[in-house]
Amino acid sequence: MSTNHFPLRSRLRTLTDRAVTGLTILATVIVVAPLVAIFAYLVYKGASSLNLAFFTQIPKPVGVAGGGMANAILGSAILLAIASAIGVPIGIGGGIFLAEFGRGTRLANAVRFTADVLNGVPSIVMGLAIYALIVIPQKHFSALSGGVALGIMMIPTVCRTTEEMLMMVPHAVREAALGLGVPNWRSVLSITVKTASPGIITGCMLAFARVAGETAPLLFTALGNDFWSSNLNQPIAALPLQIYVYALSPYDDWHRLAWAGSLVLIVLIVLAVSLVRYVTSRGVLKGAS
Amino acid sequence: MGVGIEVTNLNAWYGANHTLQDINLNIPANHATALIGPSGCGKSTFVRCLNRMHETNPIARVTGSVRIGDLDIYAEAKPVEIRRRVGMVFQRPNPFPTMSIYDNVAAGLKLNGYSNRRSLDEIVENSLKNSALWDEVKDDLKKKSGASLSGGQQQRLCIARALAVDPEVLLMDEPASTLDPVSTSKIEDLIFQLKVQYTIVIVTHNMQQAARVAEKTGFFLNGRMVEFDSTHKIFTNPSDKRTEDYITGRFG
Repeated sequence: MSTNHFPLRSRLRTLTDRAVTGLTILATVIVVAPLVAIFAYLVYKGASSLNLAFFTQIPKPVGVAGGGMANAILGSAILLAIASAIGVPIGIGGGIFLAEFGRGTRLANAVRFTADVLNGVPSIVMGLAIYALIVIPQKHFSALSGGVALGIMMIPTVCRTTEEMLMMVPHAVREAALGLGVPNWRSVLSITVKTASPGIITGCMLAFARVAGETAPLLFTALGNDFWSSNLNQPIAALPLQIYVYALSPYDDWHRLAWAGSLVLIVLIVLAVSLVRYVTSRGVLKGAS
Repeated sequence: MGVGIEVTNLNAWYGANHTLQDINLNIPANHATALIGPSGCGKSTFVRCLNRMHETNPIARVTGSVRIGDLDIYAEAKPVEIRRRVGMVFQRPNPFPTMSIYDNVAAGLKLNGYSNRRSLDEIVENSLKNSALWDEVKDDLKKKSGASLSGGQQQRLCIARALAVDPEVLLMDEPASTLDPVSTSKIEDLIFQLKVQYTIVIVTHNMQQAARVAEKTGFFLNGRMVEFDSTHKIFTNPSDKRTEDYITGRFG
Protein backbone atom coordinates (compact mmCIF):
# COMPACT_ATOMS: atom_id res chain seq x y z
CA MET A 1 0.00 0.00 0.00
CA SER A 2 1.63 3.25 -1.05
CA THR A 3 1.32 6.34 1.05
CA ASN A 4 -0.56 9.24 -0.44
CA HIS A 5 1.86 12.13 -0.35
CA PHE A 6 -0.50 14.66 -1.89
CA PRO A 7 -3.88 14.28 -0.18
CA LEU A 8 -5.10 17.72 -1.21
CA ARG A 9 -4.12 17.41 -4.83
CA SER A 10 -5.55 13.95 -4.98
CA ARG A 11 -8.92 15.24 -3.77
CA LEU A 12 -8.83 18.07 -6.26
CA ARG A 13 -8.09 15.58 -9.01
CA THR A 14 -11.04 13.42 -7.99
CA LEU A 15 -13.29 16.48 -7.98
CA THR A 16 -12.08 17.57 -11.41
CA ASP A 17 -12.64 14.09 -12.72
CA ARG A 18 -16.21 14.02 -11.43
CA ALA A 19 -16.94 17.52 -12.75
CA VAL A 20 -15.72 16.67 -16.26
CA THR A 21 -17.61 13.38 -16.26
CA GLY A 22 -20.73 15.21 -15.11
CA LEU A 23 -20.39 17.82 -17.85
CA THR A 24 -20.05 15.22 -20.59
CA ILE A 25 -23.13 13.42 -19.29
CA LEU A 26 -25.02 16.71 -19.28
CA ALA A 27 -23.91 17.42 -22.84
CA THR A 28 -25.07 13.97 -23.92
CA VAL A 29 -28.49 14.57 -22.37
CA ILE A 30 -28.76 17.92 -24.15
CA VAL A 31 -27.86 16.23 -27.44
CA VAL A 32 -30.43 13.47 -27.07
CA ALA A 33 -33.23 15.49 -25.43
CA PRO A 34 -34.52 17.38 -28.50
CA LEU A 35 -34.78 14.19 -30.55
CA VAL A 36 -36.65 12.40 -27.77
CA ALA A 37 -38.87 15.43 -27.20
CA ILE A 38 -39.73 15.79 -30.90
CA PHE A 39 -40.43 12.13 -31.24
CA ALA A 40 -42.59 12.04 -28.09
CA TYR A 41 -44.56 15.08 -29.25
CA LEU A 42 -45.10 13.55 -32.70
CA VAL A 43 -46.36 10.34 -31.15
CA TYR A 44 -48.64 12.35 -28.87
CA LYS A 45 -50.11 14.45 -31.69
CA GLY A 46 -49.94 12.00 -34.55
CA ALA A 47 -50.36 8.47 -33.28
CA SER A 48 -54.14 8.82 -32.75
CA SER A 49 -54.68 9.63 -36.45
CA LEU A 50 -52.72 6.63 -37.63
CA ASN A 51 -54.77 3.74 -38.94
CA LEU A 52 -54.70 1.31 -41.80
CA ALA A 53 -56.36 3.83 -44.09
CA PHE A 54 -53.46 6.22 -43.63
CA PHE A 55 -51.17 3.71 -45.29
CA THR A 56 -53.58 2.44 -47.94
CA GLN A 57 -55.72 5.37 -49.06
CA ILE A 58 -55.11 8.57 -50.93
CA PRO A 59 -56.23 11.94 -49.51
CA LYS A 60 -59.96 12.64 -49.41
CA PRO A 61 -61.49 16.05 -50.13
CA VAL A 62 -61.91 18.49 -47.27
CA GLY A 63 -64.83 17.54 -45.06
CA VAL A 64 -64.84 13.91 -46.07
CA ALA A 65 -63.63 11.80 -43.16
CA GLY A 66 -60.73 9.39 -43.49
CA GLY A 67 -58.23 9.26 -46.28
CA GLY A 68 -54.52 8.70 -46.00
CA MET A 69 -51.14 9.49 -47.42
CA ALA A 70 -50.38 6.22 -49.17
CA ASN A 71 -49.61 8.01 -52.43
CA ALA A 72 -47.25 10.39 -50.64
CA ILE A 73 -45.38 7.48 -49.02
CA LEU A 74 -45.00 5.84 -52.43
CA GLY A 75 -44.02 9.19 -53.95
CA SER A 76 -41.35 9.83 -51.34
CA ALA A 77 -39.97 6.34 -51.88
CA ILE A 78 -39.76 6.96 -55.66
CA LEU A 79 -38.20 10.41 -55.23
CA LEU A 80 -35.62 9.09 -52.78
CA ALA A 81 -34.80 6.16 -55.04
CA ILE A 82 -34.10 8.58 -57.91
CA ALA A 83 -32.14 10.86 -55.57
CA SER A 84 -30.01 8.01 -54.22
CA ALA A 85 -29.38 6.64 -57.70
CA ILE A 86 -27.94 10.04 -58.60
CA GLY A 87 -26.39 11.23 -55.36
CA VAL A 88 -24.74 8.07 -54.03
CA PRO A 89 -22.67 6.96 -57.07
CA ILE A 90 -21.68 10.48 -58.10
CA GLY A 91 -20.88 11.46 -54.52
CA ILE A 92 -18.84 8.34 -53.80
CA GLY A 93 -17.07 8.61 -57.14
CA GLY A 94 -16.18 12.24 -56.43
CA GLY A 95 -14.98 11.36 -52.95
CA ILE A 96 -12.77 8.58 -54.30
CA PHE A 97 -11.31 11.01 -56.82
CA LEU A 98 -10.62 13.61 -54.13
CA ALA A 99 -8.96 11.19 -51.73
CA GLU A 100 -7.19 8.77 -54.02
CA PHE A 101 -6.58 9.89 -57.57
CA GLY A 102 -6.62 13.65 -57.46
CA ARG A 103 -5.01 14.21 -54.09
CA GLY A 104 -3.15 17.51 -54.06
CA THR A 105 -4.07 18.47 -57.63
CA ARG A 106 -5.68 21.77 -58.59
CA LEU A 107 -8.67 19.99 -60.02
CA ALA A 108 -9.24 18.22 -56.70
CA ASN A 109 -9.08 21.50 -54.81
CA ALA A 110 -11.58 23.03 -57.23
CA VAL A 111 -13.91 20.04 -56.90
CA ARG A 112 -13.69 20.14 -53.10
CA PHE A 113 -14.46 23.86 -53.06
CA THR A 114 -17.41 23.38 -55.42
CA ALA A 115 -18.79 20.59 -53.28
CA ASP A 116 -18.60 22.77 -50.18
CA VAL A 117 -20.35 25.63 -51.94
CA LEU A 118 -23.01 23.26 -53.26
CA ASN A 119 -23.53 22.05 -49.72
CA GLY A 120 -24.27 25.62 -48.68
CA VAL A 121 -26.80 26.34 -51.45
CA PRO A 122 -30.22 26.84 -49.84
CA SER A 123 -32.59 24.04 -50.78
CA ILE A 124 -35.19 26.44 -52.19
CA VAL A 125 -32.53 27.72 -54.61
CA MET A 126 -31.85 24.14 -55.64
CA GLY A 127 -35.55 23.74 -56.39
CA LEU A 128 -35.57 26.90 -58.49
CA ALA A 129 -32.47 25.84 -60.39
CA ILE A 130 -34.00 22.49 -61.31
CA TYR A 131 -37.25 24.28 -62.17
CA ALA A 132 -35.32 26.38 -64.67
CA LEU A 133 -33.20 23.51 -65.99
CA ILE A 134 -35.72 20.67 -66.23
CA VAL A 135 -39.28 21.75 -65.49
CA ILE A 136 -39.39 24.74 -67.86
CA PRO A 137 -37.86 22.92 -70.86
CA GLN A 138 -40.18 19.96 -70.25
CA LYS A 139 -43.13 22.30 -69.69
CA HIS A 140 -44.45 20.22 -66.79
CA PHE A 141 -43.68 19.32 -63.20
CA SER A 142 -42.39 15.81 -62.72
CA ALA A 143 -41.17 13.19 -60.24
CA LEU A 144 -37.95 13.05 -62.20
CA SER A 145 -37.14 16.72 -61.65
CA GLY A 146 -37.87 16.36 -57.92
CA GLY A 147 -35.61 13.32 -57.66
CA VAL A 148 -32.84 15.15 -59.52
CA ALA A 149 -33.10 18.12 -57.15
CA LEU A 150 -32.83 15.87 -54.09
CA GLY A 151 -30.05 13.83 -55.70
CA ILE A 152 -27.92 16.88 -56.38
CA MET A 153 -28.41 17.92 -52.77
CA MET A 154 -27.03 14.56 -51.66
CA ILE A 155 -23.85 14.79 -53.71
CA PRO A 156 -21.73 17.15 -51.57
CA THR A 157 -22.44 15.35 -48.28
CA VAL A 158 -21.71 11.93 -49.76
CA CYS A 159 -18.65 13.22 -51.60
CA ARG A 160 -17.00 14.92 -48.64
CA THR A 161 -17.71 12.16 -46.12
CA THR A 162 -16.40 9.58 -48.59
CA GLU A 163 -13.23 11.61 -49.00
CA GLU A 164 -12.75 12.00 -45.27
CA MET A 165 -13.40 8.33 -44.53
CA LEU A 166 -10.93 7.27 -47.24
CA MET A 167 -8.28 9.61 -45.82
CA MET A 168 -8.65 7.82 -42.49
CA VAL A 169 -7.66 4.46 -43.98
CA PRO A 170 -4.08 3.91 -42.78
CA HIS A 171 -1.33 4.24 -45.35
CA ALA A 172 -0.08 0.80 -44.27
CA VAL A 173 -3.24 -0.83 -45.62
CA ARG A 174 -2.74 0.71 -49.07
CA GLU A 175 0.92 -0.31 -49.03
CA ALA A 176 -0.02 -3.87 -48.15
CA ALA A 177 -2.20 -4.09 -51.24
CA LEU A 178 0.30 -2.44 -53.57
CA GLY A 179 3.05 -4.66 -52.15
CA LEU A 180 1.11 -7.71 -53.34
CA GLY A 181 1.24 -6.50 -56.90
CA VAL A 182 -2.35 -5.29 -56.92
CA PRO A 183 -2.89 -2.47 -59.44
CA ASN A 184 -3.66 0.87 -57.84
CA TRP A 185 -7.25 1.15 -59.11
CA ARG A 186 -8.00 -2.33 -57.79
CA SER A 187 -6.39 -1.56 -54.46
CA VAL A 188 -8.49 1.59 -54.15
CA LEU A 189 -11.79 -0.10 -54.98
CA SER A 190 -11.31 -3.45 -53.24
CA ILE A 191 -9.20 -2.47 -50.24
CA THR A 192 -9.36 1.23 -49.39
CA VAL A 193 -13.02 1.80 -50.19
CA LYS A 194 -13.97 -1.49 -48.55
CA THR A 195 -12.06 -0.61 -45.41
CA ALA A 196 -13.76 2.77 -45.27
CA SER A 197 -17.19 1.46 -46.24
CA PRO A 198 -18.87 1.69 -42.80
CA GLY A 199 -18.08 5.41 -42.70
CA ILE A 200 -19.05 5.93 -46.33
CA ILE A 201 -22.39 4.22 -45.70
CA THR A 202 -22.97 6.50 -42.72
CA GLY A 203 -22.33 9.48 -44.98
CA CYS A 204 -24.83 8.20 -47.55
CA MET A 205 -27.42 7.63 -44.84
CA LEU A 206 -26.93 11.14 -43.46
CA ALA A 207 -27.45 12.60 -46.92
CA PHE A 208 -30.45 10.34 -47.48
CA ALA A 209 -32.09 11.29 -44.19
CA ARG A 210 -31.47 14.94 -44.85
CA VAL A 211 -33.12 15.05 -48.27
CA ALA A 212 -35.92 12.69 -47.18
CA GLY A 213 -37.39 15.54 -45.16
CA GLU A 214 -36.81 18.30 -47.72
CA THR A 215 -39.87 20.25 -48.86
CA ALA A 216 -38.47 23.32 -50.55
CA PRO A 217 -36.70 21.66 -53.52
CA LEU A 218 -39.91 19.77 -54.33
CA LEU A 219 -42.24 22.80 -54.43
CA PHE A 220 -41.32 23.72 -58.01
CA THR A 221 -40.34 20.28 -59.21
CA ALA A 222 -42.34 17.30 -57.93
CA LEU A 223 -45.17 19.72 -57.07
CA GLY A 224 -47.29 17.18 -55.23
CA ASN A 225 -50.23 15.10 -56.34
CA ASP A 226 -53.49 14.14 -54.65
CA PHE A 227 -53.77 10.91 -56.59
CA TRP A 228 -51.80 7.73 -57.12
CA SER A 229 -48.94 8.23 -59.50
CA SER A 230 -45.72 6.43 -60.15
CA ASN A 231 -45.14 8.07 -63.50
CA LEU A 232 -41.77 9.78 -63.48
CA ASN A 233 -43.00 12.33 -65.99
CA GLN A 234 -45.98 13.41 -63.89
CA PRO A 235 -46.16 15.45 -60.70
CA ILE A 236 -45.85 13.17 -57.71
CA ALA A 237 -46.82 13.35 -54.06
CA ALA A 238 -44.21 13.38 -51.31
CA LEU A 239 -44.62 13.15 -47.55
CA PRO A 240 -42.90 16.45 -46.70
CA LEU A 241 -44.96 18.27 -49.35
CA GLN A 242 -48.17 16.72 -48.12
CA ILE A 243 -47.31 17.64 -44.53
CA TYR A 244 -46.53 21.19 -45.60
CA VAL A 245 -49.82 21.63 -47.44
CA TYR A 246 -51.89 20.01 -44.70
CA ALA A 247 -50.19 21.89 -41.88
CA LEU A 248 -50.86 25.25 -43.56
CA SER A 249 -54.51 24.43 -44.23
CA PRO A 250 -57.25 25.78 -41.97
CA TYR A 251 -58.78 22.36 -41.32
CA ASP A 252 -58.40 20.47 -38.06
CA ASP A 253 -58.57 16.98 -39.54
CA TRP A 254 -55.85 17.93 -42.06
CA HIS A 255 -53.74 19.20 -39.16
CA ARG A 256 -54.08 15.83 -37.48
CA LEU A 257 -53.09 14.06 -40.69
CA ALA A 258 -50.07 16.36 -40.97
CA TRP A 259 -48.93 15.28 -37.50
CA ALA A 260 -49.44 11.66 -38.40
CA GLY A 261 -47.52 12.21 -41.63
CA SER A 262 -44.58 13.73 -39.73
CA LEU A 263 -44.49 10.76 -37.40
CA VAL A 264 -44.57 8.33 -40.32
CA LEU A 265 -41.85 10.27 -42.14
CA ILE A 266 -39.49 10.09 -39.14
CA VAL A 267 -40.21 6.43 -38.48
CA LEU A 268 -39.68 5.54 -42.15
CA ILE A 269 -36.35 7.40 -42.25
CA VAL A 270 -35.19 5.61 -39.10
CA LEU A 271 -36.33 2.27 -40.56
CA ALA A 272 -34.59 2.86 -43.87
CA VAL A 273 -31.34 3.88 -42.18
CA SER A 274 -31.46 0.90 -39.80
CA LEU A 275 -32.21 -1.50 -42.63
CA VAL A 276 -29.27 -0.30 -44.70
CA ARG A 277 -27.00 -0.51 -41.67
CA TYR A 278 -28.17 -4.03 -40.88
CA VAL A 279 -27.81 -5.30 -44.43
CA THR A 280 -24.38 -3.75 -44.94
CA SER A 281 -23.04 -4.83 -41.55
CA ARG A 282 -23.70 -8.48 -42.25
CA GLY A 283 -20.64 -10.16 -43.62
CA VAL A 284 -18.38 -7.42 -42.35
CA LEU A 285 -16.46 -9.17 -39.63
CA LYS A 286 -16.81 -8.34 -35.99
CA GLY A 287 -13.79 -6.83 -34.35
CA ALA A 288 -12.76 -5.18 -37.57
CA SER A 289 -13.98 -1.70 -36.90
CA MET B 1 12.88 -21.09 -55.89
CA GLY B 2 14.60 -17.89 -54.98
CA VAL B 3 16.66 -15.88 -57.40
CA GLY B 4 19.65 -13.64 -56.90
CA ILE B 5 19.51 -9.86 -57.01
CA GLU B 6 22.11 -7.76 -58.77
CA VAL B 7 22.15 -4.07 -57.94
CA THR B 8 24.26 -1.74 -60.08
CA ASN B 9 24.84 1.97 -59.47
CA LEU B 10 21.54 2.45 -57.71
CA ASN B 11 20.71 6.02 -56.75
CA ALA B 12 17.47 7.19 -55.19
CA TRP B 13 16.00 10.56 -54.34
CA TYR B 14 13.03 11.79 -52.36
CA GLY B 15 12.55 15.23 -53.83
CA ALA B 16 15.93 16.91 -53.52
CA ASN B 17 17.07 14.46 -50.87
CA HIS B 18 19.63 12.03 -52.28
CA THR B 19 18.80 9.06 -50.05
CA LEU B 20 20.77 6.32 -51.82
CA GLN B 21 24.12 6.89 -53.47
CA ASP B 22 25.84 4.48 -55.87
CA ILE B 23 24.77 1.23 -54.32
CA ASN B 24 26.35 -1.88 -55.84
CA LEU B 25 25.83 -5.36 -54.48
CA ASN B 26 24.88 -8.92 -55.28
CA ILE B 27 22.34 -10.57 -53.06
CA PRO B 28 22.67 -14.36 -53.26
CA ALA B 29 19.69 -16.60 -54.05
CA ASN B 30 18.14 -18.72 -51.29
CA HIS B 31 20.00 -16.99 -48.51
CA ALA B 32 19.00 -14.42 -45.97
CA THR B 33 20.73 -11.08 -46.35
CA ALA B 34 20.53 -8.55 -43.53
CA LEU B 35 20.79 -4.80 -43.94
CA ILE B 36 21.84 -2.87 -40.87
CA GLY B 37 22.59 0.75 -40.16
CA PRO B 38 21.34 3.70 -38.12
CA SER B 39 17.89 5.23 -38.69
CA GLY B 40 17.67 7.27 -41.87
CA CYS B 41 20.68 5.57 -43.49
CA GLY B 42 18.66 4.46 -46.52
CA LYS B 43 18.24 0.75 -45.86
CA SER B 44 14.43 0.90 -45.97
CA THR B 45 14.57 3.00 -49.13
CA PHE B 46 16.91 0.38 -50.57
CA VAL B 47 14.53 -2.55 -50.05
CA ARG B 48 11.67 -0.47 -51.39
CA CYS B 49 13.69 0.02 -54.57
CA LEU B 50 13.88 -3.75 -54.96
CA ASN B 51 10.13 -4.04 -55.61
CA ARG B 52 9.61 -0.51 -56.87
CA MET B 53 7.42 0.29 -53.86
CA HIS B 54 9.23 3.55 -53.37
CA GLU B 55 7.60 4.80 -56.58
CA THR B 56 4.27 4.93 -54.77
CA ASN B 57 5.61 8.17 -53.34
CA PRO B 58 5.24 10.71 -56.17
CA ILE B 59 8.36 12.68 -55.29
CA ALA B 60 10.63 9.61 -55.41
CA ARG B 61 13.07 8.99 -58.28
CA VAL B 62 15.57 6.25 -59.06
CA THR B 63 18.50 5.65 -61.43
CA GLY B 64 20.69 2.62 -61.96
CA SER B 65 19.66 -0.98 -62.45
CA VAL B 66 18.29 -3.81 -60.37
CA ARG B 67 18.24 -7.30 -61.86
CA ILE B 68 16.12 -9.88 -60.11
CA GLY B 69 16.94 -13.23 -61.68
CA ASP B 70 17.04 -12.45 -65.39
CA LEU B 71 14.80 -9.45 -65.20
CA ASP B 72 15.90 -5.83 -65.14
CA ILE B 73 13.02 -4.58 -62.99
CA TYR B 74 13.29 -0.93 -64.03
CA ALA B 75 13.80 -1.45 -67.75
CA GLU B 76 11.81 -4.56 -68.52
CA ALA B 77 8.77 -4.80 -66.25
CA LYS B 78 5.88 -2.95 -64.73
CA PRO B 79 5.77 -2.28 -60.97
CA VAL B 80 2.76 -4.56 -60.39
CA GLU B 81 4.48 -7.51 -62.08
CA ILE B 82 7.59 -7.06 -59.98
CA ARG B 83 5.66 -6.81 -56.76
CA ARG B 84 4.10 -10.19 -57.45
CA ARG B 85 7.57 -11.68 -57.79
CA VAL B 86 9.05 -9.76 -54.89
CA GLY B 87 6.92 -10.00 -51.77
CA MET B 88 7.14 -7.53 -48.93
CA VAL B 89 6.56 -7.66 -45.20
CA PHE B 90 6.33 -4.30 -43.50
CA GLN B 91 7.49 -2.97 -40.18
CA ARG B 92 4.06 -2.85 -38.61
CA PRO B 93 1.73 -5.77 -39.20
CA ASN B 94 -0.83 -4.49 -41.71
CA PRO B 95 -3.53 -7.11 -42.30
CA PHE B 96 -6.57 -5.90 -44.23
CA PRO B 97 -8.86 -4.94 -41.33
CA THR B 98 -12.17 -5.83 -42.98
CA MET B 99 -11.08 -9.25 -44.19
CA SER B 100 -11.10 -12.65 -42.55
CA ILE B 101 -7.86 -14.55 -41.98
CA TYR B 102 -8.59 -16.62 -45.08
CA ASP B 103 -9.33 -13.59 -47.25
CA ASN B 104 -6.21 -11.83 -46.04
CA VAL B 105 -4.04 -14.69 -47.24
CA ALA B 106 -5.99 -15.08 -50.47
CA ALA B 107 -6.11 -11.33 -51.12
CA GLY B 108 -3.11 -11.12 -53.42
CA LEU B 109 -4.47 -13.87 -55.65
CA LYS B 110 -8.10 -12.82 -55.57
CA LEU B 111 -7.34 -9.17 -56.30
CA ASN B 112 -5.25 -10.24 -59.23
CA GLY B 113 -8.18 -12.15 -60.67
CA TYR B 114 -7.37 -15.67 -59.50
CA SER B 115 -10.54 -17.53 -58.54
CA ASN B 116 -10.09 -21.31 -58.54
CA ARG B 117 -11.69 -22.07 -55.20
CA ARG B 118 -10.17 -25.46 -54.50
CA SER B 119 -6.60 -24.47 -55.22
CA LEU B 120 -7.15 -21.23 -53.30
CA ASP B 121 -7.98 -23.33 -50.23
CA GLU B 122 -4.81 -25.29 -50.76
CA ILE B 123 -2.66 -22.20 -51.26
CA VAL B 124 -4.09 -20.54 -48.15
CA GLU B 125 -3.39 -23.64 -46.09
CA ASN B 126 0.15 -24.02 -47.40
CA SER B 127 0.96 -20.36 -46.93
CA LEU B 128 -0.29 -20.40 -43.35
CA LYS B 129 1.71 -23.56 -42.68
CA ASN B 130 4.80 -21.96 -44.18
CA SER B 131 4.36 -18.96 -41.92
CA ALA B 132 3.84 -21.21 -38.87
CA LEU B 133 0.39 -19.80 -38.20
CA TRP B 134 -1.81 -22.65 -39.44
CA ASP B 135 -2.21 -24.50 -36.15
CA GLU B 136 -3.25 -21.34 -34.34
CA VAL B 137 -5.89 -20.21 -36.83
CA LYS B 138 -7.10 -23.25 -38.76
CA ASP B 139 -10.39 -23.43 -36.84
CA ASP B 140 -11.51 -19.90 -37.54
CA LEU B 141 -10.07 -19.07 -40.92
CA LYS B 142 -13.26 -17.50 -42.18
CA LYS B 143 -14.77 -16.58 -38.83
CA LYS B 144 -12.16 -14.25 -37.45
CA SER B 145 -10.88 -10.98 -38.82
CA GLY B 146 -7.17 -10.65 -39.49
CA ALA B 147 -7.18 -7.66 -37.18
CA SER B 148 -8.38 -9.76 -34.24
CA LEU B 149 -5.10 -11.68 -34.02
CA SER B 150 -2.22 -10.69 -31.74
CA GLY B 151 0.59 -8.53 -33.14
CA GLY B 152 2.93 -11.49 -33.68
CA GLN B 153 0.19 -13.54 -35.30
CA GLN B 154 -0.73 -10.60 -37.52
CA GLN B 155 2.84 -10.35 -38.72
CA ARG B 156 2.93 -14.07 -39.55
CA LEU B 157 -0.41 -13.56 -41.31
CA CYS B 158 1.21 -10.83 -43.38
CA ILE B 159 4.06 -13.21 -44.20
CA ALA B 160 1.52 -15.84 -45.29
CA ARG B 161 -0.21 -13.22 -47.42
CA ALA B 162 3.08 -12.38 -49.11
CA LEU B 163 3.92 -16.07 -49.65
CA ALA B 164 0.52 -16.85 -51.16
CA VAL B 165 1.33 -15.05 -54.41
CA ASP B 166 4.41 -17.31 -54.71
CA PRO B 167 7.18 -14.73 -54.91
CA GLU B 168 10.84 -15.46 -55.57
CA VAL B 169 12.14 -12.85 -53.17
CA LEU B 170 10.81 -11.82 -49.77
CA LEU B 171 11.67 -8.35 -48.50
CA MET B 172 11.25 -7.80 -44.78
CA ASP B 173 11.46 -4.26 -43.46
CA GLU B 174 12.12 -4.59 -39.73
CA PRO B 175 9.52 -7.34 -39.48
CA ALA B 176 9.96 -7.92 -35.75
CA SER B 177 10.57 -4.42 -34.48
CA THR B 178 7.09 -4.04 -32.98
CA LEU B 179 6.92 -7.58 -31.59
CA ASP B 180 7.73 -9.13 -28.23
CA PRO B 181 10.69 -11.52 -27.86
CA VAL B 182 8.62 -14.70 -28.23
CA SER B 183 6.99 -13.51 -31.45
CA THR B 184 10.35 -12.24 -32.65
CA SER B 185 11.98 -15.62 -32.23
CA LYS B 186 9.09 -17.24 -34.13
CA ILE B 187 9.68 -14.85 -37.02
CA GLU B 188 13.41 -15.62 -36.93
CA ASP B 189 12.78 -19.37 -36.98
CA LEU B 190 10.56 -18.76 -39.93
CA ILE B 191 13.27 -16.95 -41.84
CA PHE B 192 15.46 -20.05 -41.46
CA GLN B 193 12.80 -22.24 -43.00
CA LEU B 194 11.81 -19.79 -45.71
CA LYS B 195 15.23 -19.21 -47.17
CA VAL B 196 15.19 -22.75 -48.53
CA GLN B 197 12.55 -21.58 -50.98
CA TYR B 198 12.98 -17.83 -51.16
CA THR B 199 15.67 -15.21 -51.31
CA ILE B 200 15.24 -13.10 -48.19
CA VAL B 201 16.34 -9.52 -47.62
CA ILE B 202 15.74 -8.32 -44.08
CA VAL B 203 16.21 -4.82 -42.73
CA THR B 204 16.84 -4.80 -39.02
CA HIS B 205 17.91 -2.52 -36.20
CA ASN B 206 18.72 -5.49 -34.07
CA MET B 207 22.28 -6.60 -34.76
CA GLN B 208 21.89 -9.86 -32.87
CA GLN B 209 19.00 -10.62 -35.15
CA ALA B 210 21.13 -9.99 -38.23
CA ALA B 211 23.82 -12.22 -36.78
CA ARG B 212 21.32 -14.97 -36.05
CA VAL B 213 19.39 -15.17 -39.31
CA ALA B 214 21.57 -13.89 -42.14
CA GLU B 215 24.51 -15.32 -44.06
CA LYS B 216 25.31 -11.96 -45.60
CA THR B 217 25.11 -8.53 -44.04
CA GLY B 218 25.32 -5.07 -45.54
CA PHE B 219 26.06 -1.98 -43.48
CA PHE B 220 24.46 1.27 -44.65
CA LEU B 221 25.44 4.76 -43.52
CA ASN B 222 24.20 8.12 -44.79
CA GLY B 223 22.77 6.70 -48.01
CA ARG B 224 25.84 4.67 -48.92
CA MET B 225 26.65 1.04 -48.47
CA VAL B 226 29.80 1.01 -46.43
CA GLU B 227 30.45 -2.71 -46.37
CA PHE B 228 28.87 -5.90 -47.63
CA ASP B 229 30.26 -9.25 -46.60
CA SER B 230 29.51 -12.50 -44.86
CA THR B 231 27.71 -11.87 -41.58
CA HIS B 232 30.48 -13.58 -39.68
CA LYS B 233 33.08 -11.27 -41.17
CA ILE B 234 30.99 -8.11 -40.57
CA PHE B 235 30.48 -8.92 -36.92
CA THR B 236 33.91 -10.29 -36.05
CA ASN B 237 36.37 -8.61 -38.35
CA PRO B 238 34.86 -5.75 -40.39
CA SER B 239 37.13 -4.10 -42.96
CA ASP B 240 35.79 -0.60 -42.45
CA LYS B 241 36.34 1.43 -39.32
CA ARG B 242 32.78 2.84 -39.50
CA THR B 243 31.27 -0.64 -39.54
CA GLU B 244 33.30 -1.56 -36.51
CA ASP B 245 32.23 1.62 -34.68
CA TYR B 246 28.60 0.87 -35.43
CA ILE B 247 28.52 -2.78 -34.44
CA THR B 248 30.45 -2.10 -31.26
CA GLY B 249 27.92 0.54 -30.36
CA ARG B 250 30.14 3.59 -30.61
CA PHE B 251 27.44 5.43 -32.57
CA GLY B 252 24.02 4.84 -34.10
